Amino acid sequence: MLTTESLKRIDREIAKYPADQKQSAVMAALAIAQEEQGWLTTEAIEFVANYLGMAPMAAYEVASFYNMYDLKPVGKYKLTVCTNLPCMLSGGVDAGEYLKQKLGVGFNETTADGKITLKEGECMGACGDAPVMLVNNRRMCSCMLPEQIDKLLAELE
Amino acid sequence: MAILGAINPMLTVGLDGDNAWRLDDYVKRGGYAALKKILAEKMSPAQVIDEVKKSSLRGRGGAGFPTGLKWSFMPKDFKDGKYVVCNTDEGEPGTFKDRDILRYNPHSVIEGMTIAAYAVGAARGYNYIHGEIWDIYQRFEAALDEACAAGLLGKNILGSGFDFELFAHHGYGAYICGEESALLESIEGKKGQPRFKPPFPASYGLYGKPTTINNTETFSAVPFIFNLGAEAYLEAGKANNGGTKLFSVSGHVNKPGNFEVPLGTPFATLLEMAGGMRGGRKLKACIPGGSSAPVLPAGVIMDCTLDYDCISKAGSMLGSGAVIVMDETTCMVKALERLSFFYFEESCGQCTPCREGTSWMYKIVHRIENGQGRPEDLDLLGSVTTNIMGRTICALGDAASMPVQSFIKHFRDEFSYHIEYKKCLVPPEVQRAGSGFFKATV
Ligand SMILES: Cc1cc2nc3c(=O)[nH]c(=O)nc-3n(C[C@H](O)[C@H](O)[C@H](O)COP(=O)(O)O)c2cc1C
Ligand code: SF4
Ligand code: FES
Repeated sequence: MLTTESLKRIDREIAKYPADQKQSAVMAALAIAQEEQGWLTTEAIEFVANYLGMAPMAAYEVASFYNMYDLKPVGKYKLTVCTNLPCMLSGGVDAGEYLKQKLGVGFNETTADGKITLKEGECMGACGDAPVMLVNNRRMCSCMLPEQIDKLLAELE
Repeated sequence: MAILGAINPMLTVGLDGDNAWRLDDYVKRGGYAALKKILAEKMSPAQVIDEVKKSSLRGRGGAGFPTGLKWSFMPKDFKDGKYVVCNTDEGEPGTFKDRDILRYNPHSVIEGMTIAAYAVGAARGYNYIHGEIWDIYQRFEAALDEACAAGLLGKNILGSGFDFELFAHHGYGAYICGEESALLESIEGKKGQPRFKPPFPASYGLYGKPTTINNTETFSAVPFIFNLGAEAYLEAGKANNGGTKLFSVSGHVNKPGNFEVPLGTPFATLLEMAGGMRGGRKLKACIPGGSSAPVLPAGVIMDCTLDYDCISKAGSMLGSGAVIVMDETTCMVKALERLSFFYFEESCGQCTPCREGTSWMYKIVHRIENGQGRPEDLDLLGSVTTNIMGRTICALGDAASMPVQSFIKHFRDEFSYHIEYKKCLVPPEVQRAGSGFFKATV
């Protein structure tokens, strides 16, 4: 189900917790599975649960509780824009609108070519750098005025 | 670099260059001297806690609880494993200081946590890091590796016989996990739903064991108490408000960023350090302690000093030190609408008053903002807040209610105008200019 590379990363996470608390690694394991497969299928969640010796339902609860897990397919790139108040004051909402126009999609939608999914996010702890956005949960982009957004979109192939 | 200025800094002193985060640089700045001193002098845990008490260090995560007192609640005779946990789940809108602490000075947090572990008798710890800051999580892990390799973490630290193992746990997007008991549930691999309190973490914490949990900045300040001495640390701030604090300034200022200043510094000084108001416009309002703190109008905040006591006297909270600045281009109804949406989205849903109440508050503010408000809506909002506050498991219910109450209290006319005229008091093109996004049209 997952590559040996991913399993190795999961094992490293398991080792951080007491031997009888493997379940503590579930957040990391789900994130690793999502990183490898693009989104979390029911099979992937069950696999992670079995790997950690926990009930599949418990792993599913975790996957559906935290915002950064995707339980449905997303584009090759997921762009999450923070529109919370501190960012809004410095263009977070405008950046969202600008992206909607450029990509021709609304929030929680994917471009027709399957390349980009646009999402609205909550505070990322980076409000001083507003507008901020996150690419595929991992890469944070700061101070995203129109010119910078154009550059980012050109870069995402 | 996002630490843009300071007055008599401690936490951020000498942080220049890309290698500031590395162990060598930290040691050159005097790092790990406090831990070495405590271990070499064989200070007793009680002495360590006493020093922290004397320093008047108060928790930097939001509630401002005295840190030494919190540590003293840990049971001394418990032998079956205790924990120290650091809260870097920084998600309170407006707050971005912990990210910079871990980015530029991660070893100060490691050293602070190790001293805490020594003081409370913990052998294991975790730092819970906000999901959206992956690069910071990686950096913290790299710093942990450095500390372990240098014998500053792990078994038999510096030959003293004291063991402390520390790991990083990465969150994945849930504001509520900043609440300490939700955070512990989350480390246990569950949904992040707050626990009933009591029991408090000091008696029933991670995996049911006694646990001390503090904010990143709180731990980061600990080494300085021992390097300077508790009295000098206290004097660097103001009575009952020891030390310096990082303030994250966001919104309508010319230079948003982090600033480290002594507690008790006038708000006006901080505003000036942040480059003053963007475009020279007029200050309208300020939320001084993160989105959950009550908003204060310009006239009130301009007379405040930045410390727990003064801000609370003015009717708000110093909270996490997130100073959200709003100028005259801000529509207060729209601002509140966005905050209410946030709390509605992030309520964990366990308590009926919070789950239903946050949904109601958002719906009502949303309809006012969109020209469908009713004359009775302001009173309705007031009654929803009083039905939430004090009736929920965790403080998110209160956190969601306080903005609603304070926005309406101080800007009632603007809400009434919306209801009566079905539009914003601040014209849309003025609002649009405020953000500075479409520079060409300003
Ligand atoms: C909804 C909610 C969100 C919170 N978010 C954070 C947070 O992001 N970071 C933090 O340190 N404390 C947060 N807290 C406060 C913690 O529960 C806890 O009081 C704090 O981590 C204690 O550390 P301190 O004493 O060093 O401040 C939050 C509390 C609530 C109710
Ligand atoms: S107050 Fe809200 S967030 Fe807190 S436990 Fe209750 S429902 Fe969850
Ligand atoms: S509000 Fe957008 S990062 Fe904090």
